[in-house]
Amino acid sequence: MAITRRRALLLGAALTVSLTAGACGSSGSSGGGGSAGDAAAASAAVSDADIRKALDTGGSITVWAWEPTLKQVVEDFQAKYPKVKVNLVNAGTGNDQYTALQNAVKAGSGVPDVAQVEYYALPQFALAKSVADLGALGAGTLDGTFTPGPWSSVHVGGGIYGLPMDSGPMALFYNKEVFDKYDLKVPATWDEFAAAAESLHKANPKAYITNDAGDAGFTTSMIWQAGGKPYTVDGTTVGIDFTEPGTQKFTALWQKLIDGKLLAPVTSWSDEWYKGLGDGTIAGLVIGAWMPANLESGVKAGEGKWQVAPMPQWEAGGGATAENGGSSLAIPEAGPNKTLAYAFLKYATVDEGVQARVDGGAFPATTAQLRDPKFQDKEFPYFGGQKVNKVLAESASQVVSGWSYLPFQVYANSIFNDTVGKAYTSSTTLRDGLKAWQDASLKYGEEQGFTVRQ
Amino acid sequence: MVSEGYSDVRGGRAARRRSWAGWQFVAPFMAVFALVFLAPIAYSLHLSLFRTRLIGGTSFVGADNYLKVLQDPQFWSAFGRVALFLVVQVPIMLFLALLVALAIDSGRLYGSAFFRISVFLPYAVPAVVATLMWGFMYGTRFGLIGNVNEAFGLSLPDPLSPDLILASVGNIVTWEFVGYNMLILYSALRVVNPSLYEAAALDGAGQFRIIWAIKLPALRGALLIATIFSIIGSFQLFNEPSILKTIVPNSIITYFTPNYYAYSLSFQGQQFNYSATVAIVMGIITMVVAYLVQLRGMRKAV
Repeated sequence: MAITRRRALLLGAALTVSLTAGACGSSGSSGGGGSAGDAAAASAAVSDADIRKALDTGGSITVWAWEPTLKQVVEDFQAKYPKVKVNLVNAGTGNDQYTALQNAVKAGSGVPDVAQVEYYALPQFALAKSVADLGALGAGTLDGTFTPGPWSSVHVGGGIYGLPMDSGPMALFYNKEVFDKYDLKVPATWDEFAAAAESLHKANPKAYITNDAGDAGFTTSMIWQAGGKPYTVDGTTVGIDFTEPGTQKFTALWQKLIDGKLLAPVTSWSDEWYKGLGDGTIAGLVIGAWMPANLESGVKAGEGKWQVAPMPQWEAGGGATAENGGSSLAIPEAGPNKTLAYAFLKYATVDEGVQARVDGGAFPATTAQLRDPKFQDKEFPYFGGQKVNKVLAESASQVVSGWSYLPFQVYANSIFNDTVGKAYTSSTTLRDGLKAWQDASLKYGEEQGFTVRQ
Repeated sequence: MVSEGYSDVRGGRAARRRSWAGWQFVAPFMAVFALVFLAPIAYSLHLSLFRTRLIGGTSFVGADNYLKVLQDPQFWSAFGRVALFLVVQVPIMLFLALLVALAIDSGRLYGSAFFRISVFLPYAVPAVVATLMWGFMYGTRFGLIGNVNEAFGLSLPDPLSPDLILASVGNIVTWEFVGYNMLILYSALRVVNPSLYEAAALDGAGQFRIIWAIKLPALRGALLIATIFSIIGSFQLFNEPSILKTIVPNSIITYFTPNYYAYSLSFQGQQFNYSATVAIVMGIITMVVAYLVQLRGMRKAV
């Protein structure tokens, strides 16, 4: 193929190596990636002693992140290592920050030392070599520290491009006050969920069981839980198929809810959304385990009303969940002080920082914390004293394996509302919307030099 | 012509030295001009001739990007949208601005200074703030529209739905820029010699006759300027849609306007080369349209 020849001519050696490794690694699981990381770690010049030295020498690093509990971590870190100054900058949430980061990388200046990158976005940054392979800094030795889902998410083509900061196994968050008022049973299956959506909206036309105005992350997570694997990625060969059975399970259910106008047409994270969560007009959310902290800080009016239940299942008695969001901390390739940055990364995601973040309400990706009885038995006053983490930790262990995102998921998600969004505002069906999304994403993949599997 | 005369007298060498002195005076300006004006354009042109891909790196593609833009349905859809915006919104806005300027200039307005400043004030509000504010008002659940619906039992159409969003953006832009255009027109009216009005009054002309025969002809130049500014503004529409995108992602598609399309291409799609091409093509179209309007305006003036 023409692409292959051009690649051979123009690709940097490093990229070729990583892609070849990727082609091998993706047939295995995180194990293959881990060993590649180990090999890199062995040859790396950065040891624990180097890191300690960097911490003692001190310096200043800039961290771009929007995760609220990092603030405490930064304070603790600076108290422990007084010579290090950490500038925590909120450069926007999600895509806004990626835009800023890509901007800075492109411009070659103003690049932060550490950046928060969600799992779905990491492959794109890794492939563009915008973030550093942490194997060279010793990340390969961390095998087994994190739960398998997030740990495999930070592996891209044999390299480790971030350390998992949190994870987002999904659960059903619901407003118990509203559910009790309208005598609704907490749905255990999606059929019950649809039935509850209908009776709630009938009883109170202003209330909805949940909101959805078209959200790429939510849609892909729902397909993930349904056992769908629409994305197939093998090195630089990608395929997208939204006609597969998992996707169809989801579209059949969700089309029914859209047609019945049973979903609040409110964009997540908007002011309307927070208001709706507080006043009971949005009575539930199927969302990642990082949500408690957001509810506590953003929806003060909901205190004592919200509860957490396992994610509704496709089959009664089933135990399948998916990850929704969650992010890693990565080190931009152009960052000025990588050793010090890695020291902070390790502190925040592996060492003391994890506990500080858990205490602040974050949901960890480390097995030690997830299994900790203290973590599981913690009672959340906001949730009326419920042991929320028990439900969430169980969900973490039930994540369906084998999911993968596209290596250009950031772009794909950005055009989700151009295509699938139509299903929420017009007579276009979800199925047709997804087909349009598939075509547009594949077209982009082809333009970017990927081999597209038809 | 004058300098040629001098060089004839003083000879070539003197002329060369003189021209160096001139360059030295302009040098600071030229340096800044080259740095902030010419260099970015040159860089965009350079970018537009290449293609960088996630797999395969950068390669020279000549005019491929330009051919692609010309056949890109998304680009033309975006262009059609701003063209419609231009044809509908700009006349409305300029007509309102004209009306306000004439009203203030008539001298018959009570509290005209207050009126003038309050019409101008929206221009001083940053576009981001203005758009957020209107976004809240447009809301059918908690916003002004929602309140009106509730109070009167109506069900007004959602101004943020895909069908109405362009009109809603037009309303925001009109609100923002009527005051600005009013100021351009009003200052043109202020330089009209008052003796013309006196003469007209002596001849028995009424207010409407004065507007028609004196004020409007006097405004032609200013109207032309305001029109050209508005054409450029319409073609470059970006702020308002990009803020509204966060509130109603389904209504503002990634190719809502050419500028927003260029933005999405580069920042979400990392297609910097194609994005630069879109920007250049749009810049050329804008220049051509603005130039045609100017030509037509000048021909009328003669």
